[in-house]
Formats: sequence, C-alpha cells, structure tokens
Amino acid sequence: MSVSAPPATLPRLLAGMSGDGPLPLSRHLEIHGSLPAFARRRGDSALALVNELERSGLRGRGGAGFPTATKVTAVAAARGRAIVVANGCEGEPASLKDRLLLERVPHLVIDGALVAAHAVEATDVLLAVDESATRAVRAVDRALGELTRGGPHVQLVTVPAGYVTGQESAVLNSLAGGPPKPMAMAAPIYRRGLRGRPTLVSNVETLAHIALIARHGGAWFRALGAPGAPGSTLVTVGGAVAYPGVFEIETGTTVASLVEAAGGATAEVRAFLIGGYAGTWVPADLGYQLALSPEGLYEAGASLGSGVVFALPSSACAATEIAFIARWLSGQSAGQCGPCVHGLDAVATALEQVRGGAAGEGALARIGRWAALANGRGACTHPDGAARFVTSALDVFAAELADHARRGTCSACAQRHLLPTPTAPARRAA
Amino acid sequence: MSRLRINWIACEAHGMCAELLPERITLDDWGYPIIDERPIPPELEAHARRAAEACPTFALVLERAEARRR
Repeated sequence: MSVSAPPATLPRLLAGMSGDGPLPLSRHLEIHGSLPAFARRRGDSALALVNELERSGLRGRGGAGFPTATKVTAVAAARGRAIVVANGCEGEPASLKDRLLLERVPHLVIDGALVAAHAVEATDVLLAVDESATRAVRAVDRALGELTRGGPHVQLVTVPAGYVTGQESAVLNSLAGGPPKPMAMAAPIYRRGLRGRPTLVSNVETLAHIALIARHGGAWFRALGAPGAPGSTLVTVGGAVAYPGVFEIETGTTVASLVEAAGGATAEVRAFLIGGYAGTWVPADLGYQLALSPEGLYEAGASLGSGVVFALPSSACAATEIAFIARWLSGQSAGQCGPCVHGLDAVATALEQVRGGAAGEGALARIGRWAALANGRGACTHPDGAARFVTSALDVFAAELADHARRGTCSACAQRHLLPTPTAPARRAA
Repeated sequence: MSRLRINWIACEAHGMCAELLPERITLDDWGYPIIDERPIPPELEAHARRAAEACPTFALVLERAEARRR
C-alpha cells in the first residue's frame, strides 16, 4: 500500500518540531503528506487498514503494550456504532511524551484517531485531555479548528487531572459525566464501553503511530526497532542526565545509548527506574545494558510501561525517594478498593518509618508482604503498579533501606527528592 | 468448574466469605479477602455458592467456567 515510503530513519513522530508552538496543518501536511483517501473516506473497507496494523506489529504506548491490531479488530467486530477515545490523560508525573505530542503535533494524533475511527467504523471520536495540560488543550482545540468538515464527529473533552484518572475505565467514567475513577466494567470496553457502545480507547502516541502507518504501511513501521515490538517509541528521560526530556528512539535501544542521547549522565547513577511509578527499579550496572523492548526488559522483570527512564544518582537518598513516591502513590488511590486504600497507606507509612529509623524489627519484610498483597487486588492496576515500584525498590535498595532502618536519616535525606510529582516538579540533579 | 472473583469496589470487608469458605478464602490485615485462584472443585461448589450469596455487598462472585468469555 505504501507507494513511496520514506526511509526508515528517526525522527518519525517528532519530525519537523521546531520553535515551541504546535505544527499548523499546512506544515504537518508538508512533513507527512496527506492521509491516503481510504483512511479519510467512510464506507471503504476498513480491512486493509487493520491488516496494515497487524503487519506493523504496533503495540499500545499507554503502558500495557497490547497489540493494537488485536484491539482494533475486537472493536470492529463488536455490534453497534463504535466510538474512538484518544487517551491523552497522561497521569504519570515522570512522563511528558503524550503532552508533548498534543502540544506540538496535534494533527498527527487527530489523524491517527480518524484512521482508527475508519478502521472500527466509528461515528464519534473523543479526544480526552488532562485539563491541567492547558497548552495541550489549546493546541488540540486550535488544530480541530483547522480540520475540514466531514467524517466522524470529533470532539475535544477535558478530564480532571490525576494519576488513576488516565486508566481507561476512569476516562470513560469521566467522559460519561461520572467521577474520574476506575470502575468495574460489566462487559469488556471493546464490546460495551462509552454509552454502551463498542469503544476503542487508545493512547495518543499509539494513535500518532497509526497516522504514519496509514500513510507509509506496516512494513515501513517495522523497519525500525526490535522485531517483537517494532517501531519507534517516545521515552521521557529524567534524573541525572545532561538534557532531560522526551526522546524518540527505536525500540530495542539500550539504556546506555538513551542516556548518551540525553547528553550523558551528570553523576554516578545508582539505579534506573524503568516504566514510571508503576514501573521497576533496576541497578545501574544491569540497567545501562538493558535494551528498551519487551524482550530486553524481561530479564530485569521490567517493562517500558509509559516510556519513562529515570536515572537516580548515587548522591540522592534512595530511602527518601522511595518513601516519598510510595506516599504519593498511596494518595493517588481512587479510594474505592480496600486492599489499595489500606495496603498502600501501610506500605508508605512503614517506608517513612524505615527512612527515619523508627520502623522496628521486621519492617522491610512486612512492607514486602503488604506490597505483594496489594498486587492484583483492585478494580484497576494501580495497586499492582505501586507494588511493582515498592517491591523492586526493596530489592535494589536493600542496603540503603536496611541502613536507614538501623540508623535513621542519612546526610542526603535533607536534600529535596528528585523524582517529580505534579506539585513538586523535577529539579535538576546535582 | 467455577472460579471466585471479587468486585473490589463493592467489597467492604465484612469477612463472611472467609467464614463460609475457609478452604479458599482468608483475610488480609484489614479484613479483605485473599482468594485462592484455583478453580472450585465440585465438592466445594455448594459452599462457594453459599459464600457468594451471603456477601452483604454482592462483592463475591462465583463465575461458572462455561460462562466466562474473553
């Protein structure tokens, strides 16, 4: 289908980005060309598109990494008029990639949503954006104003900011006028989601990739990256690197190359957090060697999740960082499920006590047991992610945590934490 | 064979399930159930059904294997 696919080089999604504002439609079309007619006209067979997605091997970029073609096929096969929801509710504080796409290349996301709508024969497209991301909201709003009419009904909807609010059932809850909390779905979302209709909820980066696959084909997409999960992917690099920010890499790129692309480490790195606050800590020596692909990360028990790689320097106090984020994660519980409410709070309290040397005997083992118990016992995967963060931290920072448990605060405890939260954004690592 | 599932949003830690089906359900430090994930064998089926029916918030669900669809 791709008549003249461009060469397999980077950048793809971030092509043409310059200055600070969003790329206007004219510039977007100069860079990427227009969507092929099949992707714009309704009534054409959507099958070719689904086949192309299948060939591309694209996996979702929202965190779960589910094969996009499988999800699209399920929605397309479900009975009823489908809805597409572009999920731009990036709740992960250490991730900036979805916001960047919406702010700078909104037309790529909108194109992808229109292509997805064609593939599932949807009549409505909702672009759900975190209301606190005001620049993203403005950019998308302006981009929608540049669209020519026709095709599915496309609407921008802002949803409340938060961590679990971006979980797909929470987004649907918000869009339906309910609280932005995950809910127990009576049927799978692909069959009965928003307004009881088959619903494709897709991360905005996934949609941006779809926009390019529709233009250049699946073979073009997979010409870059690791065979099992090909293509390019956006990664937010933070912590002790010279130029923290969002980078577009081929999947399978090593953490060492990524750190180099970010200007190199500015201090000795103690450990990497991979996948964000629902992700996994990996000690630096192993971490540098890891390839950022599902296969490459598997050996470290990690996954790329929402595309975060954070380099924690040895100069930081690991106990302080972990206790701080564990408390934040506990506070982000939607408060609906007992094991999450009580378990995460108990974990955070005990970690705070460990940090201050006031936890008493057996505290670390207790934290491990509570974290393991939280895993898998909620309506959404928030407790699972928090458990992964804490469990891997107990393992990687065993020495530091045991030291704090015995002796209390260290000389680095007084520094402000490096891991960002929405109310305490990233500061430059020393 | 059937399996037990919990609607975690509905569960309020009454703990009846652990009393009625101790073979498969224990309680955590806060009284919320910890479920043994293995399928329920026929000899426990009646007990499992009774535990699900006794849940004051209908949070414990006994799912029949044949009714489970992906």
